[in-house]
Amino acid sequence: MSISDAIDCDIHPGVPTIKALLPYMNDYWREAFIARGQDNFQPASYLPNSPIACRSDWRDGDAIPGSNFDLLQKHALDGFSARFAICNVLYGGSFSISETMGAAICSAVNDWVRAAWLARDPRLRASIVVPTQNPRLAVEEIERLAGDRRFVQILMPVALDMMLGKQHYWPIFEAATRHDLPIGLHAGSLYRYAPTTNGWPSHYLQDYVSNNHAFESQLLSLISQGVFVKFPELKIVLIESGVTWLPGFLWRARKTWRAVRPEVPWVDESPIEIVRRHVRLTAQPIDGPGDPAILERVLNQIGSDDMLLFATDYPHWQFDADRVLPEGVSARLIEKMTHDNPLATYPRLRETIQ
Amino acid sequence: MARHIVAALAEIPPGSQKLVHVKGRSIAVFNVNGELFGISDTCPHQGGSLAAGATVGLTTSTEPGKFCHSRPGEFVRCPWHSWEFDLRTGKSWCDPRKFRARPYDLSVESGEALVAGPYVAETFGVSVEDQYVVVEL
Repeated sequence: MSISDAIDCDIHPGVPTIKALLPYMNDYWREAFIARGQDNFQPASYLPNSPIACRSDWRDGDAIPGSNFDLLQKHALDGFSARFAICNVLYGGSFSISETMGAAICSAVNDWVRAAWLARDPRLRASIVVPTQNPRLAVEEIERLAGDRRFVQILMPVALDMMLGKQHYWPIFEAATRHDLPIGLHAGSLYRYAPTTNGWPSHYLQDYVSNNHAFESQLLSLISQGVFVKFPELKIVLIESGVTWLPGFLWRARKTWRAVRPEVPWVDESPIEIVRRHVRLTAQPIDGPGDPAILERVLNQIGSDDMLLFATDYPHWQFDADRVLPEGVSARLIEKMTHDNPLATYPRLRETIQ
Repeated sequence: MARHIVAALAEIPPGSQKLVHVKGRSIAVFNVNGELFGISDTCPHQGGSLAAGATVGLTTSTEPGKFCHSRPGEFVRCPWHSWEFDLRTGKSWCDPRKFRARPYDLSVESGEALVAGPYVAETFGVSVEDQYVVVEL
């Protein structure tokens, strides 16, 4: 599938070691990290040596996947003819139990991504990582960086301390809409709560697959608790959520809403319409069947070609060679996924084009 | 069009409802605080009997967490899937363009007028002292 000038909505530069972040920390935290010898705050869902963490032909020896600038440029930007690529750094700041340490790591990651990545290639954009553990600190970090228009999104793990629709998180949504920044919800959790509703799983398989439930319950929380009513401009991007679960979710959400609507009267339209207007999904991993006709049916069931965003998920191993788009997607939808939809989702990218 | 006597008013006191049949149609009749409403009994979703549904008010909201309650008793919820229908219009709340229970105009007439007038009483024996619910079809 040939694409050109595509907007890649999800790539993952890797923090090589904590040393890379120390220049962006204050004296206290610099000394603290050196003295404690703490390193490797990679979130645990992709252990560095697991196959999915990095495609084998993109590996750079034992280096943290995605941490080599030249290789990322060669593989992700040149390799897929990217016009822009959005850097989503998965690192411990959003996950830390200590709110202040989390804020220090997030702040350092953001300054590091600006200096070590954005400054080195004009095709790169980035998400602001925030300490979700404390929305006030998260808003401070958004305010600190929102003036730099190369930051195009706010990134949060999908499974958090609380249901995402709760008012606890509303200051983050308010800051997001004020600065034209969508909220990117990335697969992953804080790893101090069981990732399934029945407690701790025994195997990685369960942890990985249960992310789907987190996306469903957080999306339903945003709808039910009125976040999209309160923030009508808010866009939510589900990143690495997969796609094919969505039609079933929409069917159930609408069916049940019709029965219990008075419980949430501020939800005054079908959840399907709300999702189509406010929610976007990165299309890698696409989690679709091999048969293009079945995938086409799933896309028809979603009922909108505005929702999918092109992404390579570099360097995670979601596809081989250059088969980043699934078979059977129409030329029109490819055009929308690679250009129109990202530009509509990320207002700050539109500024660059005009 | 003819007018049909479908019930004695005393059978449907305020706050109650009754399923009536006229010319092969099933009509759910509701008495909301003395005002009578009729809609087709068959829920346009999957066919539940609206005459068997609970009547409720309209719940709306001005913002998340705020509940506004109005029009007490003017909506019926289908007993099968709880869809709400506006007794004044028959329209479903969740999808009013697609799903609507046909509304019927009802009136209350005195038995005295019915005995004298051109009404189709069919099986009803009319007593001049009573009042009756009449539907025009």
